[in-house]
Amino acid sequence: MAGIAGAFTNLDVLDLLSTGDTAAHRLDPRAKLVTVLLFIVSVVSFDRYEISGLLPYFFFPAVMIPLAGIPPRYLLGKCLALLPLALLIGAFNPLFDRQPLVFLGPVALSGGMVSFLSILIRFSLTVLAAFILVAVTGFTGVCLALERFRVPRVFCVQLMLLYRYIFVLSGEASRMARAREMRSRGPKGTGIRVFGSLVGHLLLRTWDRAQRVHMAMLSRGFTGEFHIRRPLKFTAQDAAFTFGWCSLFLLFRLVDLPRLAGSLLTGVLP
Amino acid sequence: MSHHIVEVQGLEHVYPDGTTGIQGISLKVVHGESVAIIGPNGAGKSTLLLHLNGYLAPTSGSVRIGEVPLTRETLPEIRRTVGVIFQDPDDQLFMPTVYDDVAFGPANLGLPRDEIDRRVNEALSLMGIASLKDKPPYRLSAGEKRRAAIAAVLSNLPDILVMDEPTTGLDPFGRRQLMGILRGFTHTKIIATHDLDLVADLCERTIVLHGGSVAADGPTFEIFRNGALLEECHLEKPFSMQGCPVCSPRSGAGGQRV
Repeated sequence: MAGIAGAFTNLDVLDLLSTGDTAAHRLDPRAKLVTVLLFIVSVVSFDRYEISGLLPYFFFPAVMIPLAGIPPRYLLGKCLALLPLALLIGAFNPLFDRQPLVFLGPVALSGGMVSFLSILIRFSLTVLAAFILVAVTGFTGVCLALERFRVPRVFCVQLMLLYRYIFVLSGEASRMARAREMRSRGPKGTGIRVFGSLVGHLLLRTWDRAQRVHMAMLSRGFTGEFHIRRPLKFTAQDAAFTFGWCSLFLLFRLVDLPRLAGSLLTGVLP
Repeated sequence: MSHHIVEVQGLEHVYPDGTTGIQGISLKVVHGESVAIIGPNGAGKSTLLLHLNGYLAPTSGSVRIGEVPLTRETLPEIRRTVGVIFQDPDDQLFMPTVYDDVAFGPANLGLPRDEIDRRVNEALSLMGIASLKDKPPYRLSAGEKRRAAIAAVLSNLPDILVMDEPTTGLDPFGRRQLMGILRGFTHTKIIATHDLDLVADLCERTIVLHGGSVAADGPTFEIFRNGALLEECHLEKPFSMQGCPVCSPRSGAGGQRV
């Protein structure tokens, strides 16, 4: 129970963060969306054994987190919570790919180890970027930006409704889980068998609610068109933000700065 | 021509699974009237309400709003005229912010931007929630949600307000406030509720439904004085019409005999 309720308290925190008013929050959602997308694309486009080239990308979260006033501990918690996913993806790399690739003094790192490490770094970078985006833009902001970029309206509206009702659904789910827990012996209770029926019920309730929401829409003249009009203004500042970061990401992508710095150093100090 | 009249003739609704929701309901609500629809659970209150703005189509019988019969063609016009406030405000507040939600109706009418803005602000200040404009609905209290849901209907400028249980889930203060606001409305009001004190306070006329048909229709206080009718329909007098529990406690009703 604590699991379900807790997960959504976290979402709640993220949502509250997005109502902040910092320089990062005031930027146009489109500027932030493009920047983060380019960030993610360039991070994942590296070769699978890449490690050093990825490191400069930590500069983006390092600047944005304090700028937007996001508590770093909170973000760290979110990343750790998602970590098992990345571990699962990369876990077998060290077992299958045993070819030694890098030598750190006497220790040989296999290709599998290196690619595993690379996956973890990429994972932390992309997850951080995504959380930063939502924390400074808000989910609705992201949807609005998507809509301006001509993403089909249906998807944007779907996402927006999903976000609106996830709080209601989570409330229902945690109340149900609590009711179950209170009538079973300990948190385990009768286990997985009840779970099916709980989920089934939740689905039926969601179905009912969807019908009522649709009814409420119809009774206010809904004709299939969503009108969210929010004046978005792309200012010079937004352009500078987007252009600045994007060119930096391209530079990181094309030039391996840590290796360059390393060779400069070793060149100077033989 | 007035739109403020609701006329229902021989209305019958059978649900797809074969259960009869309502049968043979006929009633007429005139301009400016405030009418309560009461009855036990499953009496057909909600089913009746859902016919008034055409969400459910009658199996037989007809609904007229003013001069306009309810048909597929007149549906948009009727939905603008009849504002329905649903029982659960969460069902009604589906937009990202309160402002967007209140603007939903006017925007669907294709009104110009400044007109939408004017209507939204008017509806919000009428409900006393102008300060909540930019909040997302899930950050509101139950009372605030209820008011936002009503504002969202008012911005459509309906002539007739249909409400399903407007006071459930509100604390006594919130309920009192809401009743004050509702009393100020000049719309034709149709309120389905179990809150019989609200009925005694706000509605001069009451329609009692029982088993899907009209059991009684008349002045509110006449109905509340008819003990036999109330008992038959699983209802009670409103608390305000019952004896004081301290001066004359009822046996077995929780109070101790002095």
